[in-house]
Amino acid sequence: MSFLAIRNLSVRLKNGPALLRRVSLDVAPGEVRGLVGESGAGKSMIGKAVLGILPPSVQITEGEILLDGTDLLSLPAKESRRRIGASCALIPQDPLTALNPSHRIGPQITDRLVDILGWTRAAADARARDLLTEVQIADPARVLRSYPHELSGGMRQRILIASAFAAEPKLIVADEPTTALDVTVQKQILRLIAGMQARHGTALLFVTHDLGVVSKVCQQLSVLYSGLVVEDSTVADFFASPRHPYSAALLAATPKYTDPDAGLHPVPDAVIDAVRAEVAAFDRTLAKGVKTHG
Amino acid sequence: MQILRLTILRLLTTLVTLAGVAVIVFFVIRVVPGNPIAMMLPPGATEADIARLSALYGLDQPLVTQFGIWLGGVVQGDFGTSITTRQPVLDLVLGRLPATLELSIMALVMAVIIGGAAALIGTRGRGTRTEGAVDVANGMALSVPDFLWGLVLMLVLGVLFPVFHISGRVTPSLDLPFVTNFYLFESLVRLRFDLWADLVAHMFMPALALAIPLAAVIGQLLKQSLKETMNLDYVTLARTKGYGETHVILREALRNAVLPTLTLVGVQFTFLIGGTVIIERLFSYEGLGNMAIDAVINRDLPLIQGIVILFAVIFTAVNLIVDLAYAVLNPRLRHA
Repeated sequence: MSFLAIRNLSVRLKNGPALLRRVSLDVAPGEVRGLVGESGAGKSMIGKAVLGILPPSVQITEGEILLDGTDLLSLPAKESRRRIGASCALIPQDPLTALNPSHRIGPQITDRLVDILGWTRAAADARARDLLTEVQIADPARVLRSYPHELSGGMRQRILIASAFAAEPKLIVADEPTTALDVTVQKQILRLIAGMQARHGTALLFVTHDLGVVSKVCQQLSVLYSGLVVEDSTVADFFASPRHPYSAALLAATPKYTDPDAGLHPVPDAVIDAVRAEVAAFDRTLAKGVKTHG
Repeated sequence: MQILRLTILRLLTTLVTLAGVAVIVFFVIRVVPGNPIAMMLPPGATEADIARLSALYGLDQPLVTQFGIWLGGVVQGDFGTSITTRQPVLDLVLGRLPATLELSIMALVMAVIIGGAAALIGTRGRGTRTEGAVDVANGMALSVPDFLWGLVLMLVLGVLFPVFHISGRVTPSLDLPFVTNFYLFESLVRLRFDLWADLVAHMFMPALALAIPLAAVIGQLLKQSLKETMNLDYVTLARTKGYGETHVILREALRNAVLPTLTLVGVQFTFLIGGTVIIERLFSYEGLGNMAIDAVINRDLPLIQGIVILFAVIFTAVNLIVDLAYAVLNPRLRHA
């Protein structure tokens, strides 16, 4: 049974366009699912919806987010927040803005353990030191006493990864965790996340626009266009033979670092037009459905 | 170390500021019309009487010489003698200072509590009618000056529903055991809560009148700053950890949002101290401000000079405290 099951989730801007169109996907325990799409396709929106941090400007219009079999959207806000805090975590995109500048590193890792999960401070502190060692930070005691501005971006991302794994969550949402980093650091961080995920057996929802990353880290894959899931398959199947023309074009458009002379292959206009038509057709069917019910 | 260096540097610049203030106040009050000697003598005094009295107070000397004599005294802690009361200016001014300090600090505490609460409530209910109500209240509080608030309070809480005393600092018939002039503070230390209650009943309305505009400034600015902070990544990350809205506002956002507000509160607090002049007059509160108005009416030049210098000292001290608080709250500045 999947730990996370999203069923027909639709999200729209209040009085505005749809951002997610009946998205369904599953993440089994310990499994890594990549969410791929161009910017604005809604891939981050899915992660935010799961974690209950959608911006106030958007609203969920239908669907279910089942966490361990319970629909988060049907729970009172406080209860769903508690469940998310206890079993999920976020690895954010930008390590430079995701740590509170006024607090030392230590409490930012241990706060959830002490406040939400009721650990003793000593146990939480010991846990934080172990985690920093696990993410290969030298001198964890000093780093725990530091303020964020005293540390580099790569270091901060390691801390955020450690913090995400602190409470042994069942599911981690990684929201483009390497995008804001230096190319040289990206690979290390990616390897670190993959290693931690495998050791801890955590399910991962990996939001990225980089298919290269997907091929290295993920087992399952959802391709989004304009809030519509156009392809949902295993990574092996996808790279062997993508089913949807848009995903195929996306795959072809991925730059090959091994062959610098290959040039760039943007997604052809015809494919874009086709997938747009598909989205429009989907919206029309929805509208008709509403009419017949109404 | 950083904080020590900042303090020393600021104390040095303060000296320059005070010297400037001394020059300005000394010469300006002698340029404007009005003659203290004329105020002291009965009508019909002879030219000879006027000349004799002028000589007695050194007012027949050239201005620059007078300034030299006065500044020489000030440097040694002698601010001269009040013309109206014949008492040393320093004693008079320091005697009244505690009353004004207590009133200003009480007003500041009220402003921080009211403004802070408004900001938190407004942020908690952002985008709803609650925030709208907070904005309307803030706007009203800001657009009415402190002395009008004083009159409104006096009418409502002094006359219609006489809860508080409308004049003075303490009920005159009470027996005061105090050795300092910090009555409010000393009554607490001596555990004389009866006297403390009487002092608060006198101080409440003038302090609130001073506090309301400042509370509005704090409320507006802090709310704006909190709302911006609430959208930052580290606040979002804290939400995913299972924390509720109130915890997120207080623990994650508040400390970072307070910083920009703090500087402005320092500036506004000096306005508040300036406001005590009129408010103390309105409520017949025996503080520095009330004394300043009397001194100006009586053309008591040494007293005016002493009061203005003291106000300047208070203003620079407030600014120094604000800068130090900023350094303490902002780790990036502390280690820089």
